[in-house]
Amino acid sequence: MKDSSLLIKNARIIDPATDAEETGDILIAEGKISKTGNDISAAGAATIDASGLIASPGFIDLHCHLRQPGYENKETIATGAAAAARGGYTTICCMPNTNPPLDNAGIVNHVRDIASRDAPLVRVLPVGCITGGRAGRELVNMAELASAGCIGFSDDGSPVSDTRIMSLAMENAAVLDLPIIDHCEDINLSQGGHMNDGWVAVRLGLKGIPAAAEEIMVARDIALCELTGARLHVTHMSTAGSTQLVRDAKQRGLKVTCDVTPHNLTLTHERVMKVQDTPRTALAYDTNTRVNPPLRSPADIEALIRGIMDGTIDAIATDHAPHTIEEKLCEFENAISGISGFETAFGVLMSLVHTGSISLKTLLACLTAGPAKILQNGTGTLRPGAHADITLLDTEREWTVDVKDFLSKGRNTPFNGCKLKGLVVATISGGCLSFHHDSLRIS
Amino acid sequence: MSLSESRPGTATRETLPGPSIDFWKHRHVLDLDDFSREETDLVFEIAEGMVEILDRDVKKVPTLRGKTIATMFFEPSTRTRASFELAAKYLGADTISLDATRSSVAKGESLIDSLRTLQALEVDAIIMRHPCSGAPYIAARSLDTSIINAGDGCHAHPSQGLLDIFTMKQQLGDLKDRKVVIVGDIMHSRVARSNIWGTRHYGMKLVLCAPPTLIPHGLPEMLEKYSLNHVTIEHNLDSAIENADIIMSLRLQKERQQSGLISSLREYIQGYQINMSRLAGAKPDVLVMHPGPMNEGTEISPDVAYGTRSLIEQQVTNGVAVRMALLYLIAGGKNR
Repeated sequence: MKDSSLLIKNARIIDPATDAEETGDILIAEGKISKTGNDISAAGAATIDASGLIASPGFIDLHCHLRQPGYENKETIATGAAAAARGGYTTICCMPNTNPPLDNAGIVNHVRDIASRDAPLVRVLPVGCITGGRAGRELVNMAELASAGCIGFSDDGSPVSDTRIMSLAMENAAVLDLPIIDHCEDINLSQGGHMNDGWVAVRLGLKGIPAAAEEIMVARDIALCELTGARLHVTHMSTAGSTQLVRDAKQRGLKVTCDVTPHNLTLTHERVMKVQDTPRTALAYDTNTRVNPPLRSPADIEALIRGIMDGTIDAIATDHAPHTIEEKLCEFENAISGISGFETAFGVLMSLVHTGSISLKTLLACLTAGPAKILQNGTGTLRPGAHADITLLDTEREWTVDVKDFLSKGRNTPFNGCKLKGLVVATISGGCLSFHHDSLRIS
Repeated sequence: MSLSESRPGTATRETLPGPSIDFWKHRHVLDLDDFSREETDLVFEIAEGMVEILDRDVKKVPTLRGKTIATMFFEPSTRTRASFELAAKYLGADTISLDATRSSVAKGESLIDSLRTLQALEVDAIIMRHPCSGAPYIAARSLDTSIINAGDGCHAHPSQGLLDIFTMKQQLGDLKDRKVVIVGDIMHSRVARSNIWGTRHYGMKLVLCAPPTLIPHGLPEMLEKYSLNHVTIEHNLDSAIENADIIMSLRLQKERQQSGLISSLREYIQGYQINMSRLAGAKPDVLVMHPGPMNEGTEISPDVAYGTRSLIEQQVTNGVAVRMALLYLIAGGKNR
C-alpha cells in the first residue's frame, strides 16, 4: 500500500497537538498527511470507513523493552513491534537493558538494523545507556550514541546512584539537547523490596519499597537538572510525592517532564493479594503484579490522575516488559519485575475515561502530543505534512484480554481475563497499515 | 480420584471419638486469617484429646493408618518438622520427608515441579515450609493435595499460632481481657503474624513490642483495615509488660544487626531482652513463651527460659498435640 494514497472517511478526528476535534476525513499520500476535512474524495485511494471510530495521531511510547539482543526468549524486536502496532503505537522507544546493553554506537546500529529489517512499520527509537554496562561508573560516549540515533539516555532498572556521575551525564546531555530518562529509585532504600511498602506488604509478609525510594531520586535529579540545565525525564513515576516534586519543578521553569504507566494508573497494591472475584482469604501473591516501581496506594493513583489533569504528567508510557512464563511461575519474591503492556494499554486506560477520571482528549494527548514534545521529532500530530502515523480507535467496543492471543511473547499481565472497553481498530504508520482488527472496513 | 479412596484401611473418625467436625471446611491450612472462632476452638478441643494420647505409654492410634503425610522443607528446620512427623506417626500415618534444601530444588528444580512430583506419589497431605512468603498458596492453587503451611517467609506459621494460643488457654483458661505481649523481630516474624489473626476471636489484648526498625511501616494501617482492634504497638518493653499475663519472646536473628536494623546486640538486649530483672516490673505470675529456636542470652536469658515461669516445654508438647489435631482434620475422616 506504500506510496499509494489512503483515505480515512468520517472519523472523529482528535489531534491534541492542535487541540482540534472534528468529524471528517483524512487523506494520506506518500506517507504524509495530505489534508483533513469534510467530503474529501480521492480516486483510486484505498478507503477506510471510519464512521464511529476515533482517529488519533499514532501512539508514542517513551518506555518499552524489546529484549533484543540477548533475551530473545522474552521478546524480539519483531514480536515487540507487532504487539506495539496492535496496541496503536507507531513510535516506541526501547530501553537499553539488552545483552549486550546499548552502551556503544555499534550495538545501537545493530538494533536499528534489526528494527528496519524486522519492524519496518514501527518507528523504533533506541534509548542509550548513561554508563558503560549500566554499571553506574563510567559515562558512555554520549555524543556518539546521539549520532547513532539515541533519543535519550537511561540506565533504566539500574539507576545511576552516584550523584556526581549523574551530574556529569546531565551536563553532556544538556549540550546534546537530549533528555536523561531516569528510573528514579534509591536502591539502598528499596533494597530487597518486593512491592509497595504498606499494609498489603505486611499482610503478605513481603518486603516493602517505600515511596520515598522514588521521591528521593526525583528530588535529587531535579536538583541536578537545575544545576546543569539538562532536560530530565522522570519515567514511570508512581507516587503522589514524586508528582508534587515534578509539579513544583515545572512551576520553577525547569526542563522536567515525566510519564506514568497504565498499570500504575489503574491498579493498586491490593491487586497483589487478590484477584477479582476470588475470596479475600485466597491470597493471590500474583507474580504478574510484580513490577518496578510497584503498584501503589489509591492515594497515589489519585495524585497521578490529578497530575495528568493539570499537565504535570506529560505522557503515559507502557514500560512494556515481557518475560517468560517460567520467570513468573514461581514465588512472588523470586519473580522478575515487569508487565507486558503494549496490547492492553489503550483498553486499560480507557477505563479512566469511561469512569470520568480523565477526558479522552487528555488521554490521547498523553499518548501522542505529550511524548512527541519530548522527542521533538515532528510526530504526534495530524497536521497536514506530518508523518501519516494514525491510530483508529473504537472507544465503546468491549473485549476480553486473553494472553493466548498476544502478539508479544510476554504473557505476563495482571489484566488477563479482564473485560476492557476500548479497542485499537487500526494502526497506520507512515501511511501503511501496521495493524488492523478484523472489524476494520476497508475498500 | 480422591487419593484416600485408593487406599485400603482408611481410618474413619470412629476411631477417635470427639466433637463434630462437619463444619470444618478447610482443605488446606495456610494461615489463621480464614479460621473462625468455631474452627479454632475445634482444633483446640481435638488437641486436648491428643494431649491425653501423648500422656499414654503407647502413644500410637490408628486414625490415619494407611495415609501418607509428606514433609517438604525448603528451609532448614528441626523442631517444626520433628513435631509434624511425630504427630503423623502417632496417628498411624506413614511419613516421608523431603529435604528440599538439599534435593533437586537446590539444582534449580522449580517449586511447582517439586510439588507435582510429590502429588504424583499420591501423598495425602504435604506439610510445607518455604523461605518465600506465599509459596504454600502457590502449592495449594497448583495441586489437588492438601497443603499445611509449616511456615512461609515472613508471612504465616499457622500451626505455631494455634499451639501458642492453645498453650495460653491451657494456662489461663478464658483469654478474655488477658494481655499478651509479643516482643522481638515483629517485622520478620511469621509467628507474630499468625498470632495476630489467631488471637482475634478471644477478646484478649495483644501488644506487639519491638524497636521501630523491626516494626513494618504498614502494620498500623493493616490492623486498621481488618479491624484487628485487639492489637497495639509499643516500643517500650517495660511499659508493654505492665499487667501482662504472658510475654512471648521472638528469636532475633544475628543478620538483623548486620543489616543495620538494630544498632548493636548490646543495645537490643538492654531494651528488649526478657530476663529476671525485666520481669521484676511485670506481674509476679507472668508467664513466658518462646516459639524457638532460642538465642539464649539475646532475646531471652537462660534463667527465664528454663525457670518456673517458662511455658516453652509445654509449647513443644502442645505443638505435637495441635499438629495431630490439624492432621486429623485435614487428612482423616471425610474424603475431600
